[in-house]
Order: sequence, then C-alpha cells, then structure tokens
Amino acid sequence: MTNLFTPALLFLLQESGGGRLTLAWDKVQHPDLSKFLVIGALLFIIGVAGVLTRRNIIVIFMSVELILNAANLNFIAFSRYLQDTGNPNALAGQVFTVFIIVVAAAEAAIGLGIVIALYRNKETIWMDEIDLLKW
Amino acid sequence: MYRYIWLVPLLPLIGAAINGLLGRRFSFSEKLIGGIAVGSVALSFLISIAAVYSYGFSNQSIWPNTYVTSQFKYNWIPGGAVRITQGSKERISAAAIQEAERQRAALPPEERSKPVSVLTSDSEAPRSSILNVEWSYQLDPLSSIFMLIVTGVGLCIFVFATGYMHGDSGFYRFFAYMGLFMFMMLVLVMGSNFLMMFVGWEGVGLCSYLLIGYYFDRQEAADASRKAFITNRIGDFGFALAVFAVIATFGTSQYTDVITQAKSYPIEIIGHWGIMSWIALGLFIGACGKSAQLPLHVWLPDAMAGPTPVSALIHAATMVTAGLYMVTRTNVIFQHSQTMMLVVALVGAATAIFAATIGITQNDIKKVLAYSTVSQLGFMFMACGVGAFVIGIFHVMTHAFFKALMFLGAGSVIHGLHHEQDLRRMGGLKKYMPYTYWTFLAGWLAICGIIPFSGFWSKDEILWSAASTNYVPVGWLVWLVGTIAATGTAFYMTRLVAMTFWGKEKFRETHEHTPGHESHTADHSTPKHHAHIPQESPKSMWIPLVALAVLATIGGFVGVGPAWKFITRTEHPGKRMNIVNFMDPIIWNPSTREFGKGGEGSKQEAVGSGQEAGGRAISSPEAASAEARSGGAENPAPYGKTGFNLAHAAAGKLGSETATEWLFIIISLLAAGIGIGLGWLFYVKDTRLPDLWAARLRPLYEASYNKYRVDEFYGWAITRRTMDAARAVFAFDSKVVDGAVNGSAWLTRLSSRISGGFDKYVVDGIVNTIAAFVIRLMSPLIRAAQTGLAPNYALVMVIGLVVAVAMFFASDIVKAVKAIFAIAF
Repeated sequence: MTNLFTPALLFLLQESGGGRLTLAWDKVQHPDLSKFLVIGALLFIIGVAGVLTRRNIIVIFMSVELILNAANLNFIAFSRYLQDTGNPNALAGQVFTVFIIVVAAAEAAIGLGIVIALYRNKETIWMDEIDLLKW
Repeated sequence: MYRYIWLVPLLPLIGAAINGLLGRRFSFSEKLIGGIAVGSVALSFLISIAAVYSYGFSNQSIWPNTYVTSQFKYNWIPGGAVRITQGSKERISAAAIQEAERQRAALPPEERSKPVSVLTSDSEAPRSSILNVEWSYQLDPLSSIFMLIVTGVGLCIFVFATGYMHGDSGFYRFFAYMGLFMFMMLVLVMGSNFLMMFVGWEGVGLCSYLLIGYYFDRQEAADASRKAFITNRIGDFGFALAVFAVIATFGTSQYTDVITQAKSYPIEIIGHWGIMSWIALGLFIGACGKSAQLPLHVWLPDAMAGPTPVSALIHAATMVTAGLYMVTRTNVIFQHSQTMMLVVALVGAATAIFAATIGITQNDIKKVLAYSTVSQLGFMFMACGVGAFVIGIFHVMTHAFFKALMFLGAGSVIHGLHHEQDLRRMGGLKKYMPYTYWTFLAGWLAICGIIPFSGFWSKDEILWSAASTNYVPVGWLVWLVGTIAATGTAFYMTRLVAMTFWGKEKFRETHEHTPGHESHTADHSTPKHHAHIPQESPKSMWIPLVALAVLATIGGFVGVGPAWKFITRTEHPGKRMNIVNFMDPIIWNPSTREFGKGGEGSKQEAVGSGQEAGGRAISSPEAASAEARSGGAENPAPYGKTGFNLAHAAAGKLGSETATEWLFIIISLLAAGIGIGLGWLFYVKDTRLPDLWAARLRPLYEASYNKYRVDEFYGWAITRRTMDAARAVFAFDSKVVDGAVNGSAWLTRLSSRISGGFDKYVVDGIVNTIAAFVIRLMSPLIRAAQTGLAPNYALVMVIGLVVAVAMFFASDIVKAVKAIFAIAF
C-alpha cells in the first residue's frame, strides 16, 4: 500500500503545501526517535503504576498489556530508526513485536482463565483479598 | 630283577585300592576280594624273592652294596637350602679321633671313661646343603630280610584271613585296610630315606588304628584303637624330632649319605651327650612307641581287640618290629652313643622281664600272646643294645614265624570255639583241632627255645651276646634278666598250651554267653553255636598254619651260631645264606670305624690262631689293647673297658671260648626246660598248684594279674591330669577369656549408652536451643516479607528494576545531576 501510493502522496503534498507540507510529511516519514521513546516510557510507567496500584485483576491485566505495548512501541521505533540509518537487521524489531503480540494474546487467554477459576473459588477478583501465594 | 622292587609296595596298594574303592559299590564276592588281596600280596612276595635272589645270590649279585632304585625315583620333596647348624663342631676328622683315642689310652685306667676333647683346626663353620628328598626304594641286606618277612608272613596271614573273616560284613574293608597296611609297611622298610620311613611309620600307625578299631561298634575296640594311636603319637614325636635333627646335622635324609657322614663322628661314651646321643634318643623314643617298649607298651595288649589276623600281622610279625628295623638301620648312630646303647639294652631287658611276668597270669589267650610279643620285642632290643644288631633282626625273623603262627593258631582256636577267648573255658582241644594243635606245638617249642626250633637259635644268640658284650657295662645283668625272662616265657607258653589243648574239656561247661570278643554275625546263626563243640578250621586257615609251622621249625638254621663250628667247620655256616654274614655289611663296627667285618677281617682270620680264629678285624692299634682281648672276646672293646664281663670271666675260668659258649647254651636250654617243666607241673600234673601258689604269693599274683597297674597309673597320672588340665583350661576359657570378651561387650554397651545420652541430651539440646532461639528471633522478619499479595511482589520487582537501571546508568545519572546543579546554581 505504502509502496503504491507513496509517490502520488509525495507529489500531492509538494504541490499543495508549497514545500512546508513536504517537510512535514518528511518529518512524518522520518519521525524523531526520542518522541517515541518518551511515549514508550510514559506508557510503561502508566502500566507499572496500574499494576502496582489497582486492586482489580482485570485492570492489572490491562496495565500489563500497556507495559507490553510500551515495549512494542520501543521495538518499532528502533526498527524504524535503524531502517533509516540503513542497518540491514532493522526488521528484527518488527518480528519481535509480532511475537510479543502473540504471546500477550496467549497470556491474556490463560490469565483470564485463571481469573475465572479464581472467581469461582474465592468469589472475588480484588487482589488485596487474594493472598494465596503466602502459603 | 632287583630293578623291579618298586612293584613290591605298589601291588598291595593297587589291590587295596580296588577292594576299598570298588568292593562295596559293586558288591564284590568274598572270593573276588580275597583273590585280589591274596594275589597282590603273593605277587609281591614272588617279586621280593626274585629281587632278593638276584640282589644277593645270583651271578649279577651286587650284595654288599646298596641298591637304590633310579628308574622310578623322582624328587618327592624338592628341597630348599638347609643350613646345617647342628654337629658342625663335632665333625672332626678321623685323625682327630685317633688323637683323642690315643690321649684316652694314655690316661690311667680309672679315668678312661671320661670324654676327651680334641681341638682341631679343620672343624668347619656351619655348612649348608640342598635338601632334596626323593621317593625311591632301597635294597640292601636289611630291607631284603624285612621285605621277605613282611610279604612272606603277610601272605600266610592274608590266606588265613580269607577263612577267618568269612561271613563278615566288612570283608572288603578289612582287606582294603590290610593291603594299605602292606603298602605302608613296605614303604617303611624299603624307603631310602628317613622321610619315607616316617611316611611308612605313620601309615602303619594309621592302618593299625583302623584295624584295631575294625569292630568299631564295640566300645572296647574303639577305645583300644584310640589308645594305640595316642600312645604311638608320643613315640612319633621323638622320632620326628630325631628326623629333624638328622636333617639339621647331616643336611640330607638319605640313609646312604647319612651313614657315610655319621661314620666320621666321634664316639660318645657314657656320660657324654653329643648330637649322636640326642638323635639316637629321639629315634629310640619312636622305637619304644612303635615296638611297645616299657614306658609306652600299654597299647599293644589292648590292640588285641582287633581281628586275630590283624594281631598276627601287625601286632606280632611286622609293624611292631619297625622299631627294630629303625634301630638297626641307624645302628651307626646308636653305636656312636654308648649311653644310648646301654639305655636300649636296659629298656629291652626290663620290658622282657616285665611283660613275661604279666603273661603268666593273664587268662585271655590273645592277651597272653600280646604280652609274650612285648617280651620278645624286649629281647630284640636287648640284642641291639648289646651291639648284636644282626641277632636282633634274626630274632625279628624267627619271632615273625613263630608268633604269627601262634596268633593264627589262637585265631583258629577262637574260630573253632565260636569266639571264646578265655583260657579257663578251653582245654582238651587236641582231639578236635589236630592241625591247629600240632602246628601250635611247633610255635610253642620255638618260643621256649628248644634246640632245633627257630626260636632257640636266635634267643640263645641274644643271651650269649648279652653275656659277652663289651659295648655296655652291665652285660651280666642283661643276661641274667634275659634268662629269667626266657624261663618265664617257657612257663607261660606251656601254661597256654596246657590250658588250651590239654586237660579237661572245659568248654562243655555252661556259662552265660558274653557278647563276644569278636562277633561274627554269620557264625552265630549256625545251630551248633550254643553247643560249643569245637571244630577244626577250614583248609584256608590250616594251610598257612602248616607253612608257618615249617618255617618256625627250620627257619632258625639260617643263623647257626659260632658255637656249632665243631659241626659246621666255620663260624657262620652257609656263607651268605647265613643271616649274620648276609647282614654284616650294614652293621658299623666301632672298632674299625668301617661297616661289616671288612676285607682285612678275612685276612686276619687266615692268620688268626686256634681259639681266636674268626676274631674280628683289629686295625686300630688302641683297640688292640690287652684288656679288650682278655677272655678271648670276639670283639675288641670299642668303647674301652666296660667293667665286669660275665662271658670273659667264665672263659677265664674255663679257659676256652667254645666251652663258655656251650656253657651258656646249656644254661639257656636249662632255663627253657625248667620253664616247661614248671608249666607241666602246674597245669598238667597237679592243677591245684596254680591256685595254691597264687594264694601264697598273693601280692605278686595280684600285681601281675593287674598288669602292675600301669594302665591305672597312666590313667591317674596322665589321663586324669590331662583331663584336670583340660578342665582348668576350660574354666579359664569360660571364666576369664569369655569373661573378658563378655566384659568388653558390657563395657561397650555401657559406654555407648553414656555417649548416646550425652549426644541426645547435651549436644542435641544445645543445637536445638540455639536453632530455636535463632529461628524464633528471625522468623517474624522473614514472615512479614511474605504477604502473599501479588502487588507487593510486583513492587519489589519494580524496585529491583529501578535499582538495576540506576546502577547501570549510575555515572550518567551523576553527570545529569551535576549538570542540573550547574544550570540551577
């Protein structure tokens, strides 16, 4: 898709924006790495805070997903960055991301199964009421 | 032919092996077993005759030399080095001996019996040698005689035994033992070294044990066999020590080597105990045990518990004469020690009179014969002790003939009377058992010493040798004791014959049947058993009797003595056929220090004058002293003056040596006649006399009847003391040793309990206390960390992550902080 439409899109941006759009597009095409890293770090911190502070297991799961996606974002960002610098191994980051998504899906399936089993036994999904790991 | 002598012992062994190993499994018939046993012994006997003939009398005779089998010899005990520790100092050269004897001759007469020591330069340092003991057989005059006695008399006894043991359930066993005995006895007399003699010695002891205990189901026989075995052990102990001493002294056990070495040792006169005396003492202790001499005689009368052929073969004719064989074989050692010669003579004389007096009062026919055997063995040792070894062996031979004959005759009587052995229940058997009677008479006359019978020749020679000896001091005493013993012998033998064959038929009297001395199951089933009508024994039993009777009658002619030279024209007629001439080469002559009379003896004989014709070789000048010749002695004195000499004194009175010899012959015949006459008076003429005299001489009778209570004394002094010692040792063992062991166990248990308690309460207590204290102290902290809440763990993880990152970027963080401070301030 990108490969088909990129030349046309580039042409349109150049004619209409008088050069500024082209520059902006260029910026879009080659974004600054640090911004992604900042966003990744924020996502990570939000995830960690969620895991540490929330009582509901479901929310904790969601926070864990945030952490994973923060990692994914970092992988993608570095992959793109390396692609720009011409590193031939740049695709590895994208492959990792795909793996992580799959693993996260599997983990969510299992984790939700555990949550259901837990609820059936304890009739709660609040983490501060579940201290089975103590024993 | 003498090259095949190794077959002689082997054949009876093969026969014994076949009978013993296969006889029971294939249940051989009695004919087959007897045939194998008798056949093997007969073959041995034939080979022996042929070998002795070709050795001593044929054209290829090598007679004076010793033949040792070489084609069959092998290294029986491949030896190691022997360090010859003993006797090296005594090994002095012939020159030194002559010097010593010269010094002795120079001394005043009363000091001549003291030993003289000469220091010589050539006394050697301890030597060493390689001891190789070979298994080979030796043929020389001595072993020839013994081979013939053992196989010849043995053959007669084997034939007799086939009849006597008929119907016995252990027939095969009996002949296996007997064959084994023949083998061992032949090894004993034909072996060429001391160790083979020892093997044979122990082997015949074993067979004797087995055969005395043949009726092992009877307590008496079992006890007797053990007694014989144990008593023989005592003698064998001395013998073994002597063999060790021989090896340590000479470095070899081969007779020929030992004898040639021993020749050059100095003579030890009375009072001097050198190595030769000690060896001779050990050998004589062995001979005492095997030949039932005085301290160790107790086993032989009890050995009569065995079957009668065994008594005849082992305990009369062959095994008990092994001691004589050994003493004669080592005569060179014995003759080196005057002390031991005296001991042998005195022990022999004491045994002769001692056993003869016991024989007078015994009532068991076999016991009488057993004591007679002991007494006759005493006569033989007496002969050896006074230096007449050949005469001793001659008496062995004649004794083998007549005593085997009498034992077999007794066996025939016992068989005919269905195992009655008590003389008081016999009598008048002359009519019922003619063959047994007439053959027994020959044996009786022979043992009494009546003139043409064999016993006369040998016994008379023994007494003459004792009277005329110049080997030991108290020859006259030995002669006196021997003559009295000979009278006693004639008396109790006449008593035996009279009570058995003459007089009233006392066997008809009823008496309770004592369960027999020798019980044969087969005979007991015959209906005649309780009638007790005696019957003559079968052919297989009286034919050997006849053969032995012929030998007992004429067997003595091979030893006609020098007194008869007015008929025979020569001192020992028949040249080599005469046993004295035949055996002489193996007898050491202490005067000439050589074996036999020596070549110069015959030369001397040619120049000898009248009376002293046939005087022995006199080569050493010191032996030719006047006192040695005084009285016309046959031998010069080899050990110097030996005190009063009966024959010399008598010859001095009569003035003629021949007359003296005749005087002694008449005395010995008179002794026999008195004995027979008294026996006839007591037991034929007036049968009240024995009881009368027994009552008059009550203490003597009691002592003799109870065998001088030697058995009781040994039982009290040795058996009881041994048992006491055993009990004491047992008590020590059970109390002290076991107590120590148990005490140590108790101690171990106690200490383990203490250490266990300490461990349990002290060590464990300390550990538990400390551990509990530490855990009590620490556990709240640890437990507090374990909330079980997942977010707490997650927090810890995060903190850890933060710390890790912080450490990783520590330097960057420090830089950043500095930069911020720098900007801010």
